[in-house]
Amino acid sequence: MDATLPLLILVIPLAMFLLLGLFGNKMSHPLAGTLGTLGMGTTLVLAYTVAFTYFFSGDPMFIAENGDRLQHVVFDQTWLAFTQNLVIKLGFLLDPISAMMLVVITTISFMVHLYSMGYMRDHHGVYEHGFQRFYAFLSLFSFSMLGLVVATNIFQMYIFWELVGASSYLLIGFYYTKPSAVSASKKAFIVTRFADLGFLIGILVLSFYTQTFNFVEFTSAPVSGLADTYQVSIATSEGIRNIFATAAAPTFMGASVLTWALVLVFMGGMGKSAMMPLHIWLPDAMEGPTPVSALIHAATMVVAGVYLVARLFPLYLMETAALDIITVVGAVTAFYAAMVACAQIDIKRVLAFSTISQIAFMMVSLGVARPDFHEGLGYMASMFHLFTHAMFKALLFLGAGALIHAVGSNDYTAMHGLRKHMPVTHWTFLIGCLAIAGIIPFSGFFSKDEILSSCLGNSTFVYIWMSAVAALTAFYMFRLYYLIFWWKEHETPAGHHAPHDQPWTMTLPLVILAAVSCVAGFIPFGNFVSWNGEPYDFMAHFDWSVAAVSLAVAVLAIALATVMYRKENQLPAKFKNAMPALWRWCHHRFYWDELYMFITHKIIFGLVCKPIAWFDRHIIDGSMDAMAAVTNKASEEIKPLQSGQIQFYVWIYLVGALLLGGITAICLL
Amino acid sequence: MESVGSIIIYVILALALVVFSIMAVTTRKILRAATYLLFTLFAAAGIYFQLDYEFLGAVQIAVYAGGIVVLFVFSILLTSKPGDNSEALSSKSRLTGLIAALAMLLVTGAALLSRCELFAARPEMQNPDMHLLGSVLMGTGEGQYLLPFEAVSVLLLACIIGGVVIARRR
Amino acid sequence: MEITAVFYLLPALIMFCAGVYGFITRRNMIAILISLELMLNAVDVFFVVFNRYLHPGQLEGMFFTLFAIAIAAAETALAIAIIINIFRATKNVDVRGLNEMKF
Repeated sequence: MDATLPLLILVIPLAMFLLLGLFGNKMSHPLAGTLGTLGMGTTLVLAYTVAFTYFFSGDPMFIAENGDRLQHVVFDQTWLAFTQNLVIKLGFLLDPISAMMLVVITTISFMVHLYSMGYMRDHHGVYEHGFQRFYAFLSLFSFSMLGLVVATNIFQMYIFWELVGASSYLLIGFYYTKPSAVSASKKAFIVTRFADLGFLIGILVLSFYTQTFNFVEFTSAPVSGLADTYQVSIATSEGIRNIFATAAAPTFMGASVLTWALVLVFMGGMGKSAMMPLHIWLPDAMEGPTPVSALIHAATMVVAGVYLVARLFPLYLMETAALDIITVVGAVTAFYAAMVACAQIDIKRVLAFSTISQIAFMMVSLGVARPDFHEGLGYMASMFHLFTHAMFKALLFLGAGALIHAVGSNDYTAMHGLRKHMPVTHWTFLIGCLAIAGIIPFSGFFSKDEILSSCLGNSTFVYIWMSAVAALTAFYMFRLYYLIFWWKEHETPAGHHAPHDQPWTMTLPLVILAAVSCVAGFIPFGNFVSWNGEPYDFMAHFDWSVAAVSLAVAVLAIALATVMYRKENQLPAKFKNAMPALWRWCHHRFYWDELYMFITHKIIFGLVCKPIAWFDRHIIDGSMDAMAAVTNKASEEIKPLQSGQIQFYVWIYLVGALLLGGITAICLL
Repeated sequence: MESVGSIIIYVILALALVVFSIMAVTTRKILRAATYLLFTLFAAAGIYFQLDYEFLGAVQIAVYAGGIVVLFVFSILLTSKPGDNSEALSSKSRLTGLIAALAMLLVTGAALLSRCELFAARPEMQNPDMHLLGSVLMGTGEGQYLLPFEAVSVLLLACIIGGVVIARRR
Repeated sequence: MEITAVFYLLPALIMFCAGVYGFITRRNMIAILISLELMLNAVDVFFVVFNRYLHPGQLEGMFFTLFAIAIAAAETALAIAIIINIFRATKNVDVRGLNEMKF
C-alpha cells in the first residue's frame, strides 16, 4: 500500500495543531474552528479510505487466500538507533483493530470538532476565551491518538500514549483559571503517569527478553500456526518462541517473568482506562469542556488500555494468569462504577462512571476470551463493544453537553422535564440510553450480548456478575434519563429564558451518532475483527437464551427506573432512607478519593516527606549555609587588605622589594 | 680638580635639590608644595647645565617648570580654596612613609657607595651641539631616535584628546 | 676636590626617597602627583649623571631624559584631567574618600 495516505492521516492533525497553536491567536475564532474542523474532516475521509481499502479491497496484502486478515506494515521508519537491538521505529501498522480504531477516532473527533463550534460559545454567540487553543489541543489529541493506534512497535505506542496523556492534561485543564479544573488535570496526569511507570517497566522487561519492540514479532510468534497468517518468517518465530520458553521459566514472587511483564503492561492500561484502583482521575476529568469528555474521556483515549491488551493479546494468551487478573479487575471495576453511577447528581459524573463501567466490560471480555471457546469470541466482542460504546457514549456526552449548555448547570436537579423543550436532544439521548442499556435493535445490545456470551463460556459466576452490572447499567441510565427529561415540569429560573435545542452544529453530530447507534449492531463485526484474523460469523452461533436473559434483565431494570423516576414521587427518597449507608457510600464513590488523600497526605507526606524535608532543610541546607557563612566571614575579614588605596600597595611592594634586595645583598656580601 | 666656583654652585644645587624636595613633600599647604617642586626642578635643571647638557636643562625649565608646574598650579586653584591646610599626618602614616623612604635610601645608598667606578673623576666631553642633537633626533640609524620621537608625538596627541575628553563638562 | 658621580647621585637619591615618602603619606591627589614628579625627576638626574660620567661620548641617557620629560608632561596632563573630573563629581581630592566603587 502506498504510504502517502496513511502518512497524511498523521500529518494533517499535527500540522493543524502547529498551525492553530502557533498562529491561532492571529486568526478569527470562526476561521480557527473551521480550519480545525476541515482538517479533521480531511483526516476522516482519508481514514475511511484507508480502512475501506483494508477491509474490502481484497488485496493479497491485506487478506490471505483462505480469508484470514493479515497485518500489514505500511511503513516503518527508524527513528533512534541506539544499538543493534535497541532501535526505535515510527511506523504505520494496518490490521483489523487499527483500521477499526482509525474509523472510530476520526468519526468521533470530527463530530466533536463540529459540535464544539456551537458548544464553545455562549448564548449570545460570543466565542469562549481560548477557542483557538481548544482546537489546537483537539488536533494534538487526534494526532496522538491516531499515532497510538497505528503504532508498529510498543515503544512508539508508549510515546503516543504519553502524548495523549499530555493532551488530555491540557484539555482537562482548559479552564485553567478554575482551581478545580487545574487540580483535576494534575490528578489525571499524575495518576496516569504513575500507571505508566508500570507500563514502561513492563515494556523493558518484555523487550529485554525478546530483543524486540515490534508488535508483529510479539504477537505472531508465540502462538503456533499463526506464523504464516501474520507473515513472519518461520526463523524469527522459532527464535522468539525459544526466548519465551526460557523467559517464562524464571520466576519472581511466585509468578513467571512473562506474567509480571504482562501485568505491568496492563497496569499502564489500568491507568489510562481508569480501572480500579487507578480510576480516581476520570470522574474529576469531567472538569474539562464536555466535547473533550466525549472525545477523550469516553470514546477514544480511555479505551487505549483495552486497545493495548488487545494488541498484545496473543502474548496474554501465553499467560492466562494475567488474563485472569484482567478479568477480576474488570469485573470489580464494572460493578463498583455501576453502583456509584446510581447515586450521582452531576450528570457528567454519572456518564463518567458509566464509562468506567463499560470499559471494564471490555476488559472483562478480553480477560475471558480463550481460543477454545467460540474462536476467541471475547476478543471480538470487546472490540465490538469498544466500537459501539464509542458511538453511543460520545452521543450521550454530547447530549449532556447540549443540556448543560442550555441549562447552565451540571446537576439534574436543575433540569427535570426537558423533553418538550429540547426534542432533538431528548430523542437522541433516549437512543443512547437504549443502546447502552442493551435493548434490541440498538448497537449496545449486540456487543453486550456477545460479551455476556463469552463470559458464560468462561465461567457462570462471571456471567451472572456481569449480567447484574448490565442490569445496573440500564437502571442508572434510565434513572438519569427520567430525571433529566421527565420527573416534573421544567421550572425556568426567573430571569432566564427557557432552554431550547441548540444550533445545527451541535444537533447534527447528535443525529448522526444516534443513527450510527441504531444500525451499528447489525455490522457483521466478526467478519472484520477477530483475534487471529480469521473471520468468525457470530450470528451463525447466536445464543438466543443469553440474549433473551440479558434483554429481560435490561427491560426489568428499565421498568424499575420508570416506576421510580418517571413522575415525581417519594419512592427514591424512601429507598434512600431504607439504606442510608449504602447510598452514602455510593454517593461518595466508596470514599476512594478520601483513601487516596489519606495515603498520600497522612502517610506519604506526613510520615515520609516531612522528616525528609526537615533533614533537607536543616542538615543539608544547614551545612551549605554554614559553608557559605564561613566563606562570607573570612572574606569580610580579608577584605580590608584589598583597600584599593594605591599608596598602601606601593608601601607593601616597596618594603617587600627592599627586604628582598637587602637579603640578596647580605647573602652576596 | 674642579674650580671653587663650580664646587660652590654644586653645593648650592645639591642643597636646593635635597631641601626643596623634602619640603615639597612635608609642607601642608598644597600650593607651596607646587612651588617647592618648581624650585626642585630648577635645581635639577642646574645640575644638567653643570654637567654640560645645556639643551636638556633648557627643556627641563621650559617643559617642566613652564608647563607642568603651571598645570599643577591651575588644578590646585581649581580644587582647593586659598588657605586650605591639608590635615596633619597621623604618626602611624608618617612612620610607614619614613620606613619605606629610609629603607629605600639605605639599600640604594649602600648599593651606590659600594661601586667604586662612581668615584672616578669626570671625564672630558665635547658639549653636544644643536647640530648633533638634531641629527640624532631625526636620524633612523643606530643610536638615533626618529621612531621614539614620532611615537611621543602620537602620545602627546592622544594625551591632548584624552585630556579634553576626560575633563570637559558633560 | 673632585665632584664625582656619587656627589650628584646621593642628592638625587634623597629626592627620590622624598618622593616615596610623599607618595605614601600624602592624601591629596595633587600632592601625590607632585611626589610622583619628584621621583621621575630624580630618575632623570640619575640617567644624566650616569651618561655623563660613565659613557661621556654617547647621548642615550640624555635622550632617555628628554623622552621621559615629554611623557611626564603627557601623564601629568591626563592625571590632572582625571583629578579635576573626580573633583567635579565628588567635591573631593582626598584619595581615602574614593572607595565607593570598592566595597
